[in-house]
Amino acid sequence: MEERGMEEVKPLAGTIKGHDLFGYVGIEAVLDQMRRKTMKAGFEFNIMVVGQSGLGKSTLVNTLFKSKVSRKSCSPNYEEKISKTVKLQSVSHVIEEKGVKMKLTVIDTPGFGDQINNENCWEPIVSYVNEQYERYLKEELYVNRKPRIPDTRVHCCVYFLPATGHWLRPIDVEFMKRLGKIVSIVPIIAKADTLTMEERQEFKQRIRQDLKANGIRVYPQTEYDEDPEDRILNDKIRENIPFAVVGTDKEHQVNGNKVLGRKTKWGIIEVENVAHCEFTNLRDLLIRSHLQDLKDVTHNIHYETFRVRRLNESNLTVHGLALSCFPMENGTHGTNGTSDRSESESHL
Amino acid sequence: MLVWRCVGHTVVLSLRSFSSWECCFELISLALFLALSLALPLAQEKQYVGFATLPNQVHRKSVKKGFDFTLMVAGESGMGKSTLVNSLFLTDLYKDRKLLNAEERINQTVEIIKHTVDIEEKGVKLKLTIVDTPGFGDAVNNNECWKPITDYIDQQFEQYFRDESGLNRKNIQDNRVHCCLYFIPPFGHGLRPVDVEFMKALHEKVNVVPLIAKADCLTPSEIKKLKDRVRDEIERFGIKVYQFPECDSDEDEEFKQLDKELKECCPFAVIGSNTVVEARGQRVRGRLYPWGIVEVENQSHCDFVKLRNILIRSHMHDLKDVTCDMHYENYRAQCIQDMTSKLTQDNRMESPIPMLPLPTPDVETDRLIKMKDEELARMQDMLNKMQQQIHDGKDQ
Repeated sequence: MEERGMEEVKPLAGTIKGHDLFGYVGIEAVLDQMRRKTMKAGFEFNIMVVGQSGLGKSTLVNTLFKSKVSRKSCSPNYEEKISKTVKLQSVSHVIEEKGVKMKLTVIDTPGFGDQINNENCWEPIVSYVNEQYERYLKEELYVNRKPRIPDTRVHCCVYFLPATGHWLRPIDVEFMKRLGKIVSIVPIIAKADTLTMEERQEFKQRIRQDLKANGIRVYPQTEYDEDPEDRILNDKIRENIPFAVVGTDKEHQVNGNKVLGRKTKWGIIEVENVAHCEFTNLRDLLIRSHLQDLKDVTHNIHYETFRVRRLNESNLTVHGLALSCFPMENGTHGTNGTSDRSESESHL
Repeated sequence: MLVWRCVGHTVVLSLRSFSSWECCFELISLALFLALSLALPLAQEKQYVGFATLPNQVHRKSVKKGFDFTLMVAGESGMGKSTLVNSLFLTDLYKDRKLLNAEERINQTVEIIKHTVDIEEKGVKLKLTIVDTPGFGDAVNNNECWKPITDYIDQQFEQYFRDESGLNRKNIQDNRVHCCLYFIPPFGHGLRPVDVEFMKALHEKVNVVPLIAKADCLTPSEIKKLKDRVRDEIERFGIKVYQFPECDSDEDEEFKQLDKELKECCPFAVIGSNTVVEARGQRVRGRLYPWGIVEVENQSHCDFVKLRNILIRSHMHDLKDVTCDMHYENYRAQCIQDMTSKLTQDNRMESPIPMLPLPTPDVETDRLIKMKDEELARMQDMLNKMQQQIHDGKDQ
């Protein structure tokens, strides 16, 4: 049967026209094979959380992944010290659900925006992101490459905006301008239980205007919509960004059900209730629907941009092909020129 | 002329000078007074003298004159300062406010904006001035962002100092800042560096009352934790916030209990609202959420009522007194000291304290001072002459 199907196809100048099949070929079995393989191999996801201290970053990550992934800085014996410089801390966990393993790395940025003078507090973050790209690039350029290159690139950066209700602050604009070019940013309104519905809508609108006015592109970017279906889906998301979220890991009883929520004197704020806050929208975006897309955008677009720029800078392209100047074995260094270049990366 | 003084129960008489008809009149009234005082018990004697009505007299005069109060609000944008001010004084001071967009905000520096409003309630007039500080703490680099604020406060002190030392003291405008409400964001885990620096720069110049803003994003246990944290840090960094005066020992227990609760509640966790919502069958100031209604004036929801009582109903006068007696006097002493050291450096004047203290004495003002001195001396002479004339006229 396979032969007959292939006979009918007439290649025309490199393009193969699709053709109706006369019977069941079994192409879709490929999907199963792929699924089985990836389940065995597992997924990797690197998420970075950026924002001032106390905005609920650790709590939100714990709530998103329903496990104590991030050490909460409001645990009883923890002394919160505002660190003088931005230090990035990355913590990895392997979590499993229905046989699917995921290696989740959460990169925290304590000290961001906490000082009186916050100039250039984004620089450590920018250099970290570029360092990960650099590392991947090196691995990719080796002659003997590993079958699966360990992916430490930042797939998503969740930026926490304080719920002031007014506008984007200068530090927000500066950060997002610089990082929007190299990583997918998902801005969210943190601790949104201090805004009423009208205030929330106004705030979001103003943020969207500000983002547009400053030329900041957040995920999902309009340019990367592949087809009309995607566009419709992403447009719906774009109308709602930034998501107003509330995070918690405490459970309370509401109408006989146990729900995640915050209990106050005037009511219980249910985290997973769409009428209360947009946590579920964020979770769906990040995990249920767009996780793979985030990884793809990082790999195909951000990483490629970085790669092209780097290779042009260090003149490693020969006849338009990136050929390695590194020796045969992995691990031993090649040209020293590239390692000097990494310093210039931090000024974007 | 008979002069009588009441010291306790005794009446001290002293004869000064007399003319016959005056003396008669005095003696008659004295007789009456003594008769009445002997007839009635001692406790009521004070009533008849009449100075127990002094508080009422002061009260009447102040009602006529009216009060003034200057309140400064400081904190980052979006902390709900304007909303709280509107809620406190039940006005809408910020009707025509325009919110800036992103480009305009990048280069914004800290400004000082004054709003004045005259409020009247039951015949008592209050001239309320709100000093707003937009742009505080909003920039990327907030080094010394409190400088415009401290400069403003010093300016007001200096203005008052000059007016007080001047010649025409009838219509002195008191623009000194009586109280500064500082809004601490509820998002953090305590005081941030900018909070500490700001409060330390201001605690010796103005009464600082720290508040936890937007308290509706915190659960009761979080509020308690944050308050404890903030109180610890205030003590640790040596920040002198406004202390409520101790209760008099003769107040009743209930009052003392309330006072104790008030002190333990500091810093106050407040919520403000510009809107009126329907809750439990009443129309109250509040915020409507899908999960419930926050009532601003409900004591179990936030400390707004306590703050309002402190600010307006019980401690407004004390705040003004502390400003006048402590902060202003400190400023004045410092100012005079500076001037003295400058003057002794210049070796210009023998007496340490000049009549009209000016920061840098120069020729022009010296001349003016001399002129005014001479005028004063002349007027004093005239006054003495007139007094003498009246005196002589009486004697004849």
